[in-house]
Amino acid sequence: MAVEVRLTANLQRLAGGQRSLQVEAGTVGELLDRLEALFPGFKQNILEDGQLRRFVNIYLNDEDIRFLQRLETPLRDGDVVSILPALAGGRGGR
Amino acid sequence: MAITVYIPTPFRKLTGNQVYVQAQGGTVREVLEELGQRYPGLANMIFDQERRIPAHINIYLNNQEIHSLQGPDTPVKDGDEVAVIPAIAGGQVLTPEQVMRYSRHIIMPQVGPVGQRKLMQAKVLVVGAGGLGGPAALYLALAGVGTIGIVDFDVVDLSNLQRQVLHQNDDVGRPKTQSARETLLSYNPDINVVLHEAPLTSDNAMEIIPNYDIVINGADNFTTRYLVNDACYFAGKPLVDGSILLFDGQMTVFVPGKGCYRCLFPAPPPPGAVPNCAEAGVLGALTGVIGSLQAIEAIKLILGIGESMAGRLLLYDALSGEFRTVKIRRDPKCPLCGDDPTITGLIDYENFCGAPFPGRDNG
Repeated sequence: MAVEVRLTANLQRLAGGQRSLQVEAGTVGELLDRLEALFPGFKQNILEDGQLRRFVNIYLNDEDIRFLQRLETPLRDGDVVSILPALAGGRGGR
Repeated sequence: MAITVYIPTPFRKLTGNQVYVQAQGGTVREVLEELGQRYPGLANMIFDQERRIPAHINIYLNNQEIHSLQGPDTPVKDGDEVAVIPAIAGGQVLTPEQVMRYSRHIIMPQVGPVGQRKLMQAKVLVVGAGGLGGPAALYLALAGVGTIGIVDFDVVDLSNLQRQVLHQNDDVGRPKTQSARETLLSYNPDINVVLHEAPLTSDNAMEIIPNYDIVINGADNFTTRYLVNDACYFAGKPLVDGSILLFDGQMTVFVPGKGCYRCLFPAPPPPGAVPNCAEAGVLGALTGVIGSLQAIEAIKLILGIGESMAGRLLLYDALSGEFRTVKIRRDPKCPLCGDDPTITGLIDYENFCGAPFPGRDNG
């Protein structure tokens, strides 16, 4: 299944600065494996002990995969998968 | 006698969209009757069937309400100014200056004079007088939000001026709260700005937040974000949340009982895993986009109009120029707002986040 992956903010630097890319994968878990193959070290930023890190969310289209089938969530052609870390910026410190 | 009559926005379409109309007469009543003959639609608004001025219309002569003078029989002289001001529910009136200042809001039926009074009576707390808190507070001030609280402890740094619109070159080195208040009042002296010149902590959060109707989060660190989330939940206050990094922004509204920041991100990243703006950078104008959106959501909540962003997370990617929304749900397993909560009061956030509240030396 060809899906579009969108990476937010600081995750982009783990993927050579790309904000979106096309990946072939049948599930969200497979998609992360493909990204790991393309960008070694990527997955450890997203998963910990095989589970989604608690400050990273993955959305299939507009739905949080924690409320679908998590990493087993199946993908279909044309789906958009967004990987989103928590951001803290605002006041902007120094 | 040539008298100038100020026509309020809601009545202006009855006078050919004129803000000021010249009229003749020796008393206030004569002036209004003369005006009514030329603009029959206006006459229907400012006179009842007995040709009296109805109780919900206030008339000002040179900024003094005529009942404090001689009522409709108050004499007028050349050059005087009469203002026609419709009162609103509750009997409170907007002054002519307020009607003028807020006319672009009042003219919209979704706001009107009733909505404007709601804005003027609203109390909004802005956490952080920086990138997001700046434009958020600014637009709330311009809209006439009556009380704006500002929490900050930092001083203005030269590197803030790339994005923080409350502070100017001469403010470098001054406390951000002072600079913020000065800027907001220079835009609109008709509001009250309350300063909280200390970092928000577990010790003071429940003394400050319950005094407000809505909280806007412009914090730059996870420790404060989780504290504000929890305190707003316990105080039952809506939280308009925004965050930014690099070219990306996120914005949503958390309404107590309908999901919270912990439902979205159950735990903070370990220190260093997600850089902050000081470490990674942020596009200055992005703060204007997200901060303004936060002001809009707060104003919608105050007015009770539109569809709140509660339950939806807005994502803005400045580089692709795309806005998208994803769903946020209340997590039944959320330790704060879930079915079996384990967090029943404010906790030690520095320990929870593995990072101290920012202080003057490390902010």
